[in-house]
Amino acid sequence: MPSICFYFQVHQPKRLKRYTIFDINKSHFYEADDANSSIMRKVAYKCYLPTNQLMLELIKKHHGKFRISYSISGVAIDQMKKYSPETLESFKRLAETGCVEFICETYYHSLAFLYSKDEFKLQVEKQRQLIRDEFGQEPTTFRNTELIYNNEVAKAAEELGFDTILAEGADKILGWRSSNFVYQPVNCDHIKLLLKNYQLSDDIAFRFSNRGWAGYPLTACKFARWVHDLDGNAEAINFFMDYETFGEHQWEDTGIFKFLYALPDYIFKNPQFEFNTPSEVAKKYPVRDRLDVPYFVSWADTERDLTAWKGNFLQDDALEAVFKLRESVYHTNDESLIDTWRALTTSDHFYYMCTKWFADGDVHKYFNPYESPYEAYINYQNVLKDFSQTVEKALEVQLV
Amino acid sequence: MTKVLMYGWEFPPYISGGLGIACHDLTKALSEIGTKITFVLPTLQGKTDTNLHLELLSSSDHVIEETQQKTLSYEEFKERMDIIGIESTLRPYFTEKSYQEFIERLINKGAILEDHQNFYKLSLTGQYGPDLISEVFRYAYVAGKIAAKVEHEVIHTHDWLTFLAGVEAKRISGKPLICHVHALETDRSGINVNQQIYEIEKMGLHEADKIIAVSFLTKNNIVNYYGIDPNKIEVVHNAVSKNKSTQRTEYIKKTPDEKLVLFLGRITFQKGPDYFIEAAAKVLKEFPKARFVVAGSGDMMHRLIERTAELKIGRNVHFTGFLKRPEVEELFASSDLYVMSSVSEPFGISCLEAILFDVPVIISKQSGVSEVLSNALKVDFWDVDELANKILNVLSHPALSKELQAQSSEELKHIQWEKSAVKVEDIYKKLVPAHSY
Repeated sequence: MPSICFYFQVHQPKRLKRYTIFDINKSHFYEADDANSSIMRKVAYKCYLPTNQLMLELIKKHHGKFRISYSISGVAIDQMKKYSPETLESFKRLAETGCVEFICETYYHSLAFLYSKDEFKLQVEKQRQLIRDEFGQEPTTFRNTELIYNNEVAKAAEELGFDTILAEGADKILGWRSSNFVYQPVNCDHIKLLLKNYQLSDDIAFRFSNRGWAGYPLTACKFARWVHDLDGNAEAINFFMDYETFGEHQWEDTGIFKFLYALPDYIFKNPQFEFNTPSEVAKKYPVRDRLDVPYFVSWADTERDLTAWKGNFLQDDALEAVFKLRESVYHTNDESLIDTWRALTTSDHFYYMCTKWFADGDVHKYFNPYESPYEAYINYQNVLKDFSQTVEKALEVQLV
Repeated sequence: MTKVLMYGWEFPPYISGGLGIACHDLTKALSEIGTKITFVLPTLQGKTDTNLHLELLSSSDHVIEETQQKTLSYEEFKERMDIIGIESTLRPYFTEKSYQEFIERLINKGAILEDHQNFYKLSLTGQYGPDLISEVFRYAYVAGKIAAKVEHEVIHTHDWLTFLAGVEAKRISGKPLICHVHALETDRSGINVNQQIYEIEKMGLHEADKIIAVSFLTKNNIVNYYGIDPNKIEVVHNAVSKNKSTQRTEYIKKTPDEKLVLFLGRITFQKGPDYFIEAAAKVLKEFPKARFVVAGSGDMMHRLIERTAELKIGRNVHFTGFLKRPEVEELFASSDLYVMSSVSEPFGISCLEAILFDVPVIISKQSGVSEVLSNALKVDFWDVDELANKILNVLSHPALSKELQAQSSEELKHIQWEKSAVKVEDIYKKLVPAHSY
């Protein structure tokens, strides 16, 4: 009896406002309030609210047999509270159905794991508390930012008490094996690993409206048939994707909502199939193999590595600069400064600095509020310069 | 492959700016794909490269036979040109401040008619002298004679100086005419347009069968200021063909922690040197170890030096005057950042050259090169604060400089004359009737 496991990522970074070298020492507020507010409201209107409504209907229609999971970053929830409280309310209504699992991540959707394990733990704990507070659940599944994963991440998640962890089902880690089974990280005792079926996930997330694609147009009937074809050779079919796929990346007029609404009906035509959340899948199926992933993988780009956020001169310099400040920031004991600093560790800031494929004008450009990766770096460094001076001043005051 | 009769004003080593380099590199790439080019210059003084990829002709040495048919006398020719509003009694018009720099480099005046029994030669200098307009006319006159003698399928002219030559050549040979626009009078002079030059440009552009613009920016200007049908204009971007230089020197002595920011170009309205100086003053407040070099000369030079003094930044700003090629290269090689703050830059090859020397570049958004180069910092020329913000960041963060160097060098590999040549040859083919192959 194979399970279909949907996990949707909900994230909106706190984008920085335009901050030039001449703003240093004059302004200590870095968030692009206007842009963040309008983007949150726009995405709420196009995606979060209508998709949540549709999910709620599906859960009711299928009497609890349609089950899904979300990871909503802390910084996204912060912004929902500020700019779109009705969005957070609608997620809470989904939580109340009992059919929705909330997955834990780093509150700041950060790259902390790569630079400071202590910071990583603190940000995970903060997110865990947020899920308890907002959705009344104790999270047992963990996903690291952008599905950045290796053996060490799995170990850290296990030590933090999680039972399930999610990762990209990249060919380079699976080899001949299939993503459609439950695995265990080679260095762990009990945590279970669910891997994204990237072919089928990306058929929905990336290829759905691509007229040049052989599978176009993708109907729920056709997709369910592909899923049913896996029967007998799959236990956990994991569809992981950005929630913004619905209505934002794939606009409403592509038929994405109709597809989603019809999908469970077609899936249930084969009574062998059911929907489960990640922790349910992990409990339901035995570990079929142990997986050794010494190198980092992620779900980004075709490389499925870290190069979207790390590796060029700009990214490495900015990352080192921000994490170098950590100790001094904590010395200030100033909650607001600590929060500001942590928001500067959000992965998006470094994604904007990616020069890979920049000249070709690809997907990175679409998500980039800056004209170029260089602008992103300059803005970030200007902010960081002011912030580090603010921290220094706070420490001087303490000494006095 | 196409036989092209090309008219130019500059060609290395007879060179004063980017036009000559562009003509040389484009024709070289064209000849490599088989195009046969006869390149006509006003004069061939001094030594010529013997291994040249094309045939160079000097108009000055061209023997004009009075007995040729279809030809007009020089006087008749001048009369014809009256239709575009240029008086037949040509006066030196180069009292315009914007061309003062050329006066400095004026070597000798041309305009000597050498009578020889039944034929004569017209002497041309190829300089940008006070008698430029009359030189342009004499050049055009000879150009027609050459067109009658040299076998060709297409006529290709570069900028207004040779547009009349092209029009005359077309009248004589009846072959299709291409006007290649590297710069327009509206770029050079802003609102103080020289009406004679503008009229010559307009005539050439209207007579042309096809126009090649070095950027979309230039194409738009041709459409907007000269009333040309956009469908007649093809964009072929410039490129670089030189190999990467690894040479690093210290043209201007500096201590290791000092940084050198370079401006290179004519000190004229078009190039926006004033924005560079204003930004320099802002940068120096935050980064006193910066040095700014203004290389070039032009009518704004004195005003700019005065402004530098007024801002009290003279110690850190150096004016070099006009530099020769080896000095320019030395300067590139010792720079930490190249700034092109042009108000209107049809293309801007110099910024690609800077990249060859591993120098990161800040370019004006109002430039043609901005259309082909992604890995550069870009500013609106008038946004002095933003220019200063970017200069300061490049100077203070080696990571930014290194990433720009690495990515722009990589990108430069794809901005090659070979590609431009293929586009140009394609334009030729479409103009030449099929039976000539």
